[in-house]
Amino acid sequence: MPMYNLNINGKKLSADVSDDTPLLWVLRDHLGLVGTKYGCGIASCGACTIHLNGEAIRSCMLPVSSVGNAEVTTIEGLSALGDHPVQQAWDQVDVPQCGFCQAGQIMTAAAFLKKNPNPSEKQIIETMNSHLCRCGTYHRIKEAVQIAAKNMK
Amino acid sequence: MSTLKINQNRRQFLKSSALAGGGLFLSFNLFSQNGREDIKVQSGEADLINFNSYLSIHPDGTVTIYSPNPEVGQGIKTSFPMIIAEELDMDWAKIKVVQAPLDTKRFERQVAGGSRSTPHSWKRLREAGASARNLLLQVAASEWKVPVEQLTTSKGKVWHQASGKSQHYGAFAAAASKLSLPKEIALKDPSKFHTIGTWVKGVDNLDVFTGKPIYGIDFYKPGMLHAMVVRAPAFGLKLKSADSAAVKSMPGIIDVVSFNNRVAVIGKSTWEIMKARKELKIEWEKERDLESSSGHDQILTEMIQTGKMEARRTEGDVDQAFKQAVKIVESEFQCPFISHSPMEPMNFYADVKEDSAELVGSTQNPESARNGVAKLLNLAPEKVSVVITRMGGGFGRRLNSDFALEAAELSKLIKSPVKVTWSREDDMTAGIYRPACKYKFKAGLDKEGKMIAFHLRAAGMNSGNPARENNFPVGAIDNLLVESSDFKSAITTGPWRAPITNFLAGAEQIFFDEVAEAAGKDPVTMRLEWIAKAKANPVGKVLYEPDRFKSVIDLVAEKSQWFKKKKGVFKGFSVYFSHSTYVAQVAEVVKVKGKPVVKKVYCAVDCGILVNQSGALNQVIGSVVDGMGHAMFAKLTFKDGAPEQTNFNSYRIIRMGEIPEVEVHFVKNTLDPTGLGEPALPPTSGAVGNALYRATGIRFRNQPFIDNEAGERIIS
Repeated sequence: MPMYNLNINGKKLSADVSDDTPLLWVLRDHLGLVGTKYGCGIASCGACTIHLNGEAIRSCMLPVSSVGNAEVTTIEGLSALGDHPVQQAWDQVDVPQCGFCQAGQIMTAAAFLKKNPNPSEKQIIETMNSHLCRCGTYHRIKEAVQIAAKNMK
Repeated sequence: MSTLKINQNRRQFLKSSALAGGGLFLSFNLFSQNGREDIKVQSGEADLINFNSYLSIHPDGTVTIYSPNPEVGQGIKTSFPMIIAEELDMDWAKIKVVQAPLDTKRFERQVAGGSRSTPHSWKRLREAGASARNLLLQVAASEWKVPVEQLTTSKGKVWHQASGKSQHYGAFAAAASKLSLPKEIALKDPSKFHTIGTWVKGVDNLDVFTGKPIYGIDFYKPGMLHAMVVRAPAFGLKLKSADSAAVKSMPGIIDVVSFNNRVAVIGKSTWEIMKARKELKIEWEKERDLESSSGHDQILTEMIQTGKMEARRTEGDVDQAFKQAVKIVESEFQCPFISHSPMEPMNFYADVKEDSAELVGSTQNPESARNGVAKLLNLAPEKVSVVITRMGGGFGRRLNSDFALEAAELSKLIKSPVKVTWSREDDMTAGIYRPACKYKFKAGLDKEGKMIAFHLRAAGMNSGNPARENNFPVGAIDNLLVESSDFKSAITTGPWRAPITNFLAGAEQIFFDEVAEAAGKDPVTMRLEWIAKAKANPVGKVLYEPDRFKSVIDLVAEKSQWFKKKKGVFKGFSVYFSHSTYVAQVAEVVKVKGKPVVKKVYCAVDCGILVNQSGALNQVIGSVVDGMGHAMFAKLTFKDGAPEQTNFNSYRIIRMGEIPEVEVHFVKNTLDPTGLGEPALPPTSGAVGNALYRATGIRFRNQPFIDNEAGERIIS
């Protein structure tokens, strides 16, 4: 199997895996980065969202062979101390119930706000609508994105 | 101030059951940030003073609280410690919360289910905090040579106002832990609460937001193997043969084994197993008839129309009353099987050895998992350990222990530690669903529009008893018959958040809307009349308190301005009592481009004392979203025994763009708190269905609503 040298959270990490291995499973099974969650495996729920060169991407369908030198950021690398404005807003609003989907939600919100620092409510809903939260914390997710947007200014 | 008498057993428990071995506790520390570590059994630091099973006080004045119940998203890991902190008079900021190990000798009930945890533990947790505080005060009084009555506590300190002395608890902890408890302990008056009833954030928030390994599925251990299990693709099939020759030689695959009608693929990594399992050539054979949803519909219809049923509750003479009725209202309601589909798919780790077994994973009922595994492996329960992890949702699915038993069975078979991970498809198609049910309601009205007869026929598929014969309006109706029957289906079922009432409540609330309409009464007024009757002159045994029922109805009517017409707004009302909690709701529907859209749901809740504002609101709002989402969209249908929905692309879960605004009001009182994990869900489909009716003229009697005759006309 080929050795993949990946650029993850600013570190060079390598994994000896087959080329079709989704990045999700490289992170979880091979690199010990389990903050990125498995939820559906078909890019439908968003629990596995990471950043690839700053873009929010679903890692469950992203083959490791397509990653190359791209900068990968996982929830573990979003901030050093868990104090990214999106993480802080999530804490302030006390978003989670079970919390399993929240890492993916946070990653999408962080990438979205970087591109669109002044989102309308409609734009927030359009973006976050692609994520499932089975506990139904959507109201707080929306509120947290709005607060993060304010605090990032 | 109320005092609590502590009996001898409880005294024993609170005092001398300090964690064994001078503070030995099992710490769920999966791996540190630097690298993986095993679960560690740490011996308590010498300076950590165990007061009782629930808390340790450190010499520096900080406190560790052991929260006994599994955290599934209901917020218990935060709310339980709040109760202890309250009675201890501790500064919340100086508290560290740790998941307590499974030890039902100490904690009695370590289950996340039935909305029972808070009512069960309320007094026990107060006792734990108050008794520790009491002992600390005794030591302070003796050291400072002042009467104990002159001392007060606040924010983790003992104060003596006259001399101006104060000292944190850590200074008294060692001596206090050696004292014996007094016979009576004073509990706080709720008006003095400083922590209970406030907004407190989840104690695991930072771990959740930074991706720490806190869920069962995050457990990895050096030397552990991975496995996925292929289960029968249809209910009613059993394993005939499996050809795994090609699979065994695939990269990363260690073994393929057949067991208990299943085939497990064991390997070094999840992805290699996911690929390999597709190449298995398995033959299944019919064990019994393969059922389909069309057949289920027929069976349920026959059951409620002509099937023999068991009478569950009888009051008065229902036949005679129907004869006297001037108007009869009759309706049928049906719900499909649905999946729990928590975001974290089922998984479990097991390491079974000759004379012991270690398990780790997400379970709502770790004791049941441990005992089940012990029985399966013929081991004494104390030889089996189950580490409690945070769960990525449960909704009742994780009250079952099938996944833990399966992992244990496999580990024993392959003689290796193994984590069994379920794919989403496995999770959705392998069973244990909310049962499909069908109900036939019949009401008889007299000429004043009073309901003088009520008859419910309830039919379910592996539902146990699909009726709830002691729920309101029982007690308010003179002549009543509730009966039910159950069909033994091959489809496996189990508790799903608010079992049975998750559909029955909404169906009944829509039916009562029909009754109100036929009687020419306002739905709220009609309920209030019934409650007045249940209070003044109850019919048979009544398990609810009419006054509390009335209080939530009045509150939601006031907040939603129920009796005021709003132009372009269509309102629906419902009220339900379940899990000891009273919830009334008003849903508002408006039309957007001709389509009805649920805009807002008002909720009034009486759950007694509110423990954590944040957690309570999250539960109520989440329950409304959950209740509406499943009513609108969810169904698991079957063809030839096989589920037709297999993942989130075919099984629809509500999303952000589809949720209404939710406004929640709690009744303020000082009654003992009740659970909130479930009770706000059952009434939601009723309120929403009734509002949709006002907007469309169509009764949404079957779920999911989008499949109704008006399906295309409601939000998509």
